[in-house]
Amino acid sequence: MADFLARLGRSGLHWLALLGRASIFLFRVLSAQDAVVRRFRLTLIEIYSVGVRSLLIIVVSGLFVGMVLGYQGYITLVNFGATEALGGAVALSLVRELGPVVTALLFAGRAGSALTAEIGLMKTTEQLSAMEMMAVDPYRRVFAPRFFAGFLSLPLLAAMFSAVGVMGGYIVGVGLLGVDAGSYFSQMQAVTDWREDVLSGVIKSIVFGFVVTWIAIFQGFDAEPTSEGISRATTQTVVISALAVLGLDFVLTGLMFT
Amino acid sequence: MNDDRVADTPHVVVEDLVFRRGRKVVFDGLSLTVPRGRVTTVMGPSGTGKTTLLRLIGGQLRPDSGRIWVDGEEVARLSTRRLYALRKRMGMLFQTGALLTDMNVFENVAFPLREHTDLPEELIRNLVLMKLEAVGLRAARDLSPAELSGGMARRVALARAIALDPDMILYDEPFAGLDPITMGQIVTLIQRTNSTLGLTSVLVTHDVVEALDISYHVVLIAEGRVMDAGTVEQVRAGASEWSKQFLEGRPDGPVPFHYPGDSYRDDLMRDRESGNG
Repeated sequence: MADFLARLGRSGLHWLALLGRASIFLFRVLSAQDAVVRRFRLTLIEIYSVGVRSLLIIVVSGLFVGMVLGYQGYITLVNFGATEALGGAVALSLVRELGPVVTALLFAGRAGSALTAEIGLMKTTEQLSAMEMMAVDPYRRVFAPRFFAGFLSLPLLAAMFSAVGVMGGYIVGVGLLGVDAGSYFSQMQAVTDWREDVLSGVIKSIVFGFVVTWIAIFQGFDAEPTSEGISRATTQTVVISALAVLGLDFVLTGLMFT
Repeated sequence: MNDDRVADTPHVVVEDLVFRRGRKVVFDGLSLTVPRGRVTTVMGPSGTGKTTLLRLIGGQLRPDSGRIWVDGEEVARLSTRRLYALRKRMGMLFQTGALLTDMNVFENVAFPLREHTDLPEELIRNLVLMKLEAVGLRAARDLSPAELSGGMARRVALARAIALDPDMILYDEPFAGLDPITMGQIVTLIQRTNSTLGLTSVLVTHDVVEALDISYHVVLIAEGRVMDAGTVEQVRAGASEWSKQFLEGRPDGPVPFHYPGDSYRDDLMRDRESGNG
């Protein structure tokens, strides 16, 4: 029993220390954000590598998710003779939930893991140390531009995901199942509220962008400088990000729709 | 400041340094000085914290107690801005080279110049080519770090370390894992860099022969403190038993061959007793 309590205490302390380190790291990254403007070229390069290069997976996934929603929505709605409401159903599911959440999960897998591995390797090969010794602050040169790039890219990617998803739903609903094109879009317009639906989705994706990029960059920075350390950090980025996104989604939904 | 006085004051002074890593005491009251404008070698067995010492001098780690002065400034007390200003006058050569892997050789050497100066591109190009010429790798400027051998990477890193014309260079194990030819090249480069640029050089290494060849001042450390220090002749002449064993590479002596533990006989007997029991 005492052994169990000791283990519990140790693990609690470990997580508390980790959270402390992560918070100090975040504070220092945020204090270095002026570098984002001053070194705009670096920021652009990171936006390209983190955001633009995630586009393909986001667009393809968005299309498929939208097409599946088209089918599933149709199957349910046809029972009530309400297939013209398909546009609204697809759009609401995407804008409120699936857009931000699925994009954040895909982003953690595609860009988050890459950020962790890149920074972890820079640490292992002493590139970060070398920068410090050359009087170049890694927080300004490496972390700040990457953090901003991730934070900015995720909401934009989520918007793209939802837009392509709506088109996917259109292809299946209108193209294959014969729903009226006019009612698909007019229903969508009628039931989707800017503040209640679109804005809440945007807020979610902004929060996810912040959290996922923070986790990814911190995991790389905090990784043990060995190959196993980097492999563990990369896995943890994906796992912790996924849990954080789903947990936060619940909390945010609770806060916004009550 | 008068030049003679500058030459007389040590470049680095370490006083009563105590540094712990977790429960392990790495340095326990270590004191040493590094004379200005000369090559000083810090030697000691693997795991004695030689690299840690360089990181303490460079201000990447903070001592638990004791003080380190570099160029008259106490490193641990400097604000980040002043520490970075000090580091601009300090080059460091990492064991692996630590080149930035997303840039080619040219860009790596240009990196400190681009970060810290507003020099026009043409001048940066000339400076980089001069530094690369000095290490014999001007023609390799378009290669990526992945295409370089270990020795070449270290030479590029040396070119990068001297890019801002520092007063002092810290070398972390510069000879580790090199073939004899490359080792000779690095030895010559360190010597030449030191004499032509009038730098203070601090080498940490356990390659005795190469290091003694080019050093003026030697510091032998083990078990967290200084075992012997002085000019090469002084250390050779008055070496303690420990230093003799280290310098001559004897397998046994004050540093025992066996890891400390119970006697061999007791160990074997205990095994038999427990087997019988």
